[in-house]
Amino acid sequence: MPGQPMQVYEVFRREREGGPMQHAGNLLAPDPELASHYAREFYGRRQESVRLWIVPRAAIVDLDDPDLLQPPFDRSFKKPVGYSTEIKAKLAQARSRAGTGKAGEIQ
Amino acid sequence: MSESRRVQDFNRHVASGGKVEATDWMPEEYRRAVGRFVEMHANSELMGVLPEREWILRAPTLKRKLALSAKVQDEVGHAQLLYRVAEDLGKPREAMLADLLAGKTKFHNVFHYPTHSWADVGIIAWLVDAAAIVAQQALRESSYAPYGRTMKKICWEESVHILHGRDVVLTMMNGTARQRALVQDALERWWGPLMQMHGPRTDPAKDRDLAWRIKNKDNETLRQEFLTVYVPRLREIGLQPPDPELRQDPDSGTWRYTEPDWKELYAVVTGHGPRSAERLEFRRLNYAETQWVRDTVLAAPLAA
Repeated sequence: MPGQPMQVYEVFRREREGGPMQHAGNLLAPDPELASHYAREFYGRRQESVRLWIVPRAAIVDLDDPDLLQPPFDRSFKKPVGYSTEIKAKLAQARSRAGTGKAGEIQ
Repeated sequence: MSESRRVQDFNRHVASGGKVEATDWMPEEYRRAVGRFVEMHANSELMGVLPEREWILRAPTLKRKLALSAKVQDEVGHAQLLYRVAEDLGKPREAMLADLLAGKTKFHNVFHYPTHSWADVGIIAWLVDAAAIVAQQALRESSYAPYGRTMKKICWEESVHILHGRDVVLTMMNGTARQRALVQDALERWWGPLMQMHGPRTDPAKDRDLAWRIKNKDNETLRQEFLTVYVPRLREIGLQPPDPELRQDPDSGTWRYTEPDWKELYAVVTGHGPRSAERLEFRRLNYAETQWVRDTVLAAPLAA
């Protein structure tokens, strides 16, 4: 049967107002209108979504290159973990020098 | 990178708990194994509604009719989601449905049996779904991540079905002596298929689906988990599983039971169950009758 080509649509859903759009799954449909109907049946039948995004898979720019996203250099100075391990000891030392507070307690 | 090196890296990745996405590279054997596993699961969801469908028109109250209709709709929805996961691995949906209708691919043993009374609806929704969810919960951690994510959604819906089934059973157990007898009768007929459902003990070392973490628990582990939770829940309301050998070892916690009839399991899943032919025939009829819908949906758009 000469028909329309089926296309993969990725579906994203928002569970409650203010929440993030999260990936739910994907479906195959011949056009955006039917894709919307399927998405509502699969991901909105139990009032579990307040919004759906239905996106052609082909429109998604996929980036997973570890050289770009997980470079092997030390990035700890950009993250809490780069400070949290030593800060207690430094604070205790500074308090003890100043003669204030209890050692080892961060206020 | 050489092909064998690539496969080795892949095997190490999944064995250590790594995940695989639909668009990632994967060995052909892994692709086929996941596809086969998910296809059989999808077939079971699609065929699994047929025994329950028989009771929609005979449901005792409007609320039960609504709940049962919703359950049937959910299970068909699960089939849709799972066929989509399988389809994304390469085999077209039409080919999967054609193979199912031709009897070339399998569906779960429990959906090849007849139903006799409303109590069967309760036992199926409670215990068949419970035995299934034991396996499905483990599949949420599948190495094939799209399958794992789909199982999270499916388990959430299945947990409602189990409550619905338990509610049907409890209502009947609180009813007349005849109602209680119907539930016990249903349990006795479904016990054999339930004990066979997870399959015979296999050597985990030889199971590639386990090695690849497509699934994470072997058959006997799943059966033991099911018995540990559900035998006490049956006994506490006065239901007796029909197996004189059934008892839990007080030290190891392991259940002993009469060896399930594996010949029956094999015969049933290869299409020789009491309702195999009839259910497949109904599916064929249904597929033919809905051909016009697929033709309409897939037709070329009319010139504007």
